[in-house]
Amino acid sequence: MPVPLSTNVGPLELESPTMLASGILGISTEVFGRILGEGAGAVVTKSLSTEPWEGYANPTVIGADNGGMLNAVGLSNPGAAEFASMLKKSPDVPVIVSLVGSAEPDFEAMVSEFKDCNVIGYELNLSCPHVAKVGLEVGDDVELVGRIVGAVKRATPSPVMAKVGLGSANYMDTVTAAVDAGADAITAINTIRAMAIDADTAVPVLSNKFGGLSGAPIKPIALRCVYEIAERGGIPIIGCGGISTWRDAVEFILAGASAVQIGSALSGGRTGVFSQVNAGIGRYMEQKGHSAISGMVGLAAKS
Amino acid sequence: MQQNPNVPSVRTVLSVTDETPTVRTLEFADDILASSRPGQFAMVWVPRIGELPMSVMVSETRGNAAFTVRVHGATSTGLYNTPVGGAIGVRGPYGNSFDIRRGRALLVGGGTGLVPLMRLISQAPDDLEITLLMGARTSDEVFFGQRAARMRPDRLDVVVTTDDGTLGVAGNVADEAARRLGDGGFDAVYTCGPELMMRRVVDEARSRGVFVQASIERVMKCGLGICGSCCMDSHLVCTDGTVFDGDHLAKSGDFGYAYRSKSGKSTPY
Repeated sequence: MPVPLSTNVGPLELESPTMLASGILGISTEVFGRILGEGAGAVVTKSLSTEPWEGYANPTVIGADNGGMLNAVGLSNPGAAEFASMLKKSPDVPVIVSLVGSAEPDFEAMVSEFKDCNVIGYELNLSCPHVAKVGLEVGDDVELVGRIVGAVKRATPSPVMAKVGLGSANYMDTVTAAVDAGADAITAINTIRAMAIDADTAVPVLSNKFGGLSGAPIKPIALRCVYEIAERGGIPIIGCGGISTWRDAVEFILAGASAVQIGSALSGGRTGVFSQVNAGIGRYMEQKGHSAISGMVGLAAKS
Repeated sequence: MQQNPNVPSVRTVLSVTDETPTVRTLEFADDILASSRPGQFAMVWVPRIGELPMSVMVSETRGNAAFTVRVHGATSTGLYNTPVGGAIGVRGPYGNSFDIRRGRALLVGGGTGLVPLMRLISQAPDDLEITLLMGARTSDEVFFGQRAARMRPDRLDVVVTTDDGTLGVAGNVADEAARRLGDGGFDAVYTCGPELMMRRVVDEARSRGVFVQASIERVMKCGLGICGSCCMDSHLVCTDGTVFDGDHLAKSGDFGYAYRSKSGKSTPY
């Protein structure tokens, strides 16, 4: 009998520990259905705003050295209301809705849009590193983080996750503010602010100049953050940052993550990455004699 | 350090050819893009202006590739205006390609949608009998006819249609495709161009039981299967396409009906 891959992230129950990270694909219920069919335990939407956003001009997504990816998509999304009307047509596809905004009223208004949708949780984007007035600029304002998380918790009975990143504040202060305001889990980490310059033309490549680095180059940093948040304790963690193999996923679980998100590894059409990672985690658990994911979470800190 | 193939590589434009008053072909040296398969595309960076997906045009010079661009938005206009000696960045090729069957093939293209069909002709087996239908609104907008005939002197029949009847067959290219399919004898149909035209061609071919494939265009930001902008139902045009079988497209609720705008909103044609 195969090892069960189910895991709980606080109140969120997942059939497998691999999730589609926010920002990746994320605009179509048909695509969500496909990703869930590939074995993802949950899918997170693109970050939604109160109004539709077109995002930045291309180039918005390019490769980076050593298997990385650099993006400044600019949080393009059709807006929360439009997205909710799409979700209502597919009640059989459960999603975690990612929200981005500047203050409590933005988030409260958006949560109310999803009342009749199959939303199993909300992830608050407090960490996008390339759009002004939202994302990381909010995450760096620790007091504002507390107010936003508190407002969303009051607005919905669904689990609320705070996605943090590395900005100018100590990210652990952002974590503490979110935890104190009642967050059910922390997603760590977002992309890290970065850029690319073309030597031949002496031009920054991304139209926004600055973007977020993701993929393999940030994995050791993300792993360190998950470990640190686990050491702090008191909050379930979803690990994110450069996960592309089962070994990466296991490392994050051993660091303290109850689930992991996968994003850049889908590059080149690798939607099969979820089933591959799940299968590898299952084999690892059998070899090591683990009967549940929960028994592996944070083991590296206990060694 | 490992160089990432998804970083734009800069190429120098070697020649610029005016195809019509609003369409130009820019040629450059690139061994990898030169061997692109028909239906594949590159992401083309026009420094300081933008980046857009372009089907890779075939060159008559070995080791060269080209882009054929129509003036439309800021980036296509920037590419169109890039002079000989100018710099463009390229990454790719991305996507799948046409499945070239044996026998008799009907190619149906409109405008710059002819680009992947030109590459198909250049890579077709010698014994393939090809009929190329080239659709345009008016005679000024017809291009590639002579180049196709030069690339393939034998077993290629080029037929031009113009909506206003100023050159070739008067009428829409999809009507001509339907007429030719009605005459019978084709083993496969390949099409690229405006989506409503392709939807008709796909339906006409399937109604007669003829294998058909279409190369699809969508808003694209990444070309890598990441951004989701090019989704068509549960599929991504960049990594699952650009070429899809007619049997797949016939079941699509999006093909010929809707695409995603830059914000990701489903937008009807």
